[in-house]
Amino acid sequence: MSLPEILIIWPGSPVLSLIIEFVIAILLLYLARGPAHKAIYSLSAIIHSGLRLMARSVLLGEKRVVERNKEVLLATGAKAAERLIEREFYRVDAVVKRDMSGYPALQHKLGDQIARIDEDYRESTEVPVPSPDWVKAVDTLAKLPSKGDSWIANILGEIHKTAQAQYKNTMEEYRKAVSVRHSLLEKMMPYWRKLSQTLDQVDKTIIGLHERSKVIDNRMAEYEDIRNQSDKAVRMMTSSAMTQFFISALVLLIAIGGAVINFNLIALPMSEMVGGGSYIGNFKTSNIAALVIILVEVAMGLYLMESLRITHLFPVIGHMDDKMRTRMIWVTFAILLVLAGVESALAFMRDRIAADMQALRHTLATMETAQPVGSWIPTVGQMVMGFILPFALTFVAIPLESFVQSSRTVFGSAVASLLRLIAFALRLLGNVVRYMGEFLVNLYDLLIFPPLWLENLLRNKEQHAEVSDIIVKEEVS
Amino acid sequence: MKKLLAMGLLSVLLLVSGCPDTTSHSQGVYMLLDSSGTYKKEIKRAQAIINYLLGTLQPGDSFAVARIDSASFSEKDIIAKMTFDRRPSMTNQQKRLFKQKVDEFVAKVRGSAYTDITGGVLQAVEYLNETGAGRKHILIFSDLKEDLVKGQVRDFPIQVSECKVVALNVTKLRTDNIDPREYYKRVDQWKERVEAGGGHWRVVNDLERLESILAD
Repeated sequence: MSLPEILIIWPGSPVLSLIIEFVIAILLLYLARGPAHKAIYSLSAIIHSGLRLMARSVLLGEKRVVERNKEVLLATGAKAAERLIEREFYRVDAVVKRDMSGYPALQHKLGDQIARIDEDYRESTEVPVPSPDWVKAVDTLAKLPSKGDSWIANILGEIHKTAQAQYKNTMEEYRKAVSVRHSLLEKMMPYWRKLSQTLDQVDKTIIGLHERSKVIDNRMAEYEDIRNQSDKAVRMMTSSAMTQFFISALVLLIAIGGAVINFNLIALPMSEMVGGGSYIGNFKTSNIAALVIILVEVAMGLYLMESLRITHLFPVIGHMDDKMRTRMIWVTFAILLVLAGVESALAFMRDRIAADMQALRHTLATMETAQPVGSWIPTVGQMVMGFILPFALTFVAIPLESFVQSSRTVFGSAVASLLRLIAFALRLLGNVVRYMGEFLVNLYDLLIFPPLWLENLLRNKEQHAEVSDIIVKEEVS
Repeated sequence: MKKLLAMGLLSVLLLVSGCPDTTSHSQGVYMLLDSSGTYKKEIKRAQAIINYLLGTLQPGDSFAVARIDSASFSEKDIIAKMTFDRRPSMTNQQKRLFKQKVDEFVAKVRGSAYTDITGGVLQAVEYLNETGAGRKHILIFSDLKEDLVKGQVRDFPIQVSECKVVALNVTKLRTDNIDPREYYKRVDQWKERVEAGGGHWRVVNDLERLESILAD
């Protein structure tokens, strides 16, 4: 390794030249020590302040994102709670309409039953006609002593007989009356039972309504929490959104698997319709056609679910009047049915083409022509799959809606976390730059340590001399 | 609003129909079979390769098989040629017919006295350019030893631009065993001619790996 010509100060001695240059450099650095320190400090301060400012801006952005996430979450939660409460009210309405609409008839029925029971009761409580008042007088006379007079005894005996006969008649009448009363009471029994059953029915309805009202109370409490923007509600909804996101993503993956199978089922026969050798871009037209059919099926499924008000992705459909919505249901269902039929036919065609290709390959391989299995099960299986898969894909709308709604929260949280991380990294970098400035200053001093050491030595001597002078002066004084 | 929607749909339709994909994705394959006396016994192997190619080629592709004889720059030497239909079912029928023609040729093939490979290659280029195929392959099933009739002129540069020329089953001749440089010289000469004509040259001798024949 040789030193460049320009650096050789002492000709013929590069080492000496280097030493001289080193000494000059140290001297120059020593002389520029103050401004150099200031430059390093100011540079590190500029970078540190800039990075801190950036971190602050990022944190402000993160705060905005968090606020927006909270707003979105609360709005979604409030909407969901409103829907739940609305549904509960619909249920209550249905119960009231079903059970309480018959209430006037029920009241009439109850009044009727009570009137009958009352009537029967009145009839059953009527006492038999009391025995005439003279019976007591006759009874008293009959009990008088005869005192041996046979004539009086005969009269009294006759009176006694008459009284006895009257008593018998009265008792018989009384028994008859009791019997009638018992029969009336017996007739009252079914009315009592009916009345009891009617009241049980009313009781059940009332209990059901009571339970519904409790559910509504709970939902209302949740709704109030959301309206009050409480942390508890936000935490609960965030957790719920995360769960919804992963579950819906899983279901969507399953649906994509179904769509891929569906695609493979119809891609080959589509080449028979649109041509196997034509391309759009780098993709086969038959593949694109198959994909379009599947996407149209998914779109029709979405519209059907919207029209049925199961999902709420398109407010336009949800706000349609019932007549138009019903028409839309039938139209989308009809299109789906036609597409399912087309797919079933394509699946059949695929089976035939695949069998023909297999036969050709056998011929080309100069093998013995394989006997076809002759089973209709794979053909029918493919046709059934081709028919069912479009309808199965219809239900993709439900997880898709959950995914779209929950992804807003999940991605919002992810962006907020990312911004927090960036802010942390910027602050860390700012501090590193700041301490790096101090490190560079120390390194600078380390490079010029010989003159610094000399300076310290001289300064110490001066200080020592000054101190000695002060002491001498003090001693003299 | 309805008018706007209709116009939008119309413009999309025009865009789709008016801007078709002009790139050709089809393949054109021209296979030359050496039927000279020394190479005639290898024809069964060529038949296996043709069968493999028939199984591999897709609807819309073009395929031709021609023999190399004393004067190969002629349509008469084409044994079978076909551009397959866009529909797979029709393609299968065509492939069966193609195989039948090749089988008939193999059954009654007669050895030719001379070997005009250059003429065959020129005929192949002409055919492949006519098909308009996006990828063109010329397969030469030969020992690459050209033996021309006296007076035939073939020592000029050949234009095989955008063509992939694959030499298949280039067998070593008896003279190659005496001096292997003969073999390498023969192969290198062909390579130079093809590459000078704008083509790509490749040699495939291992017929166990047929998938490498049409590999890009």
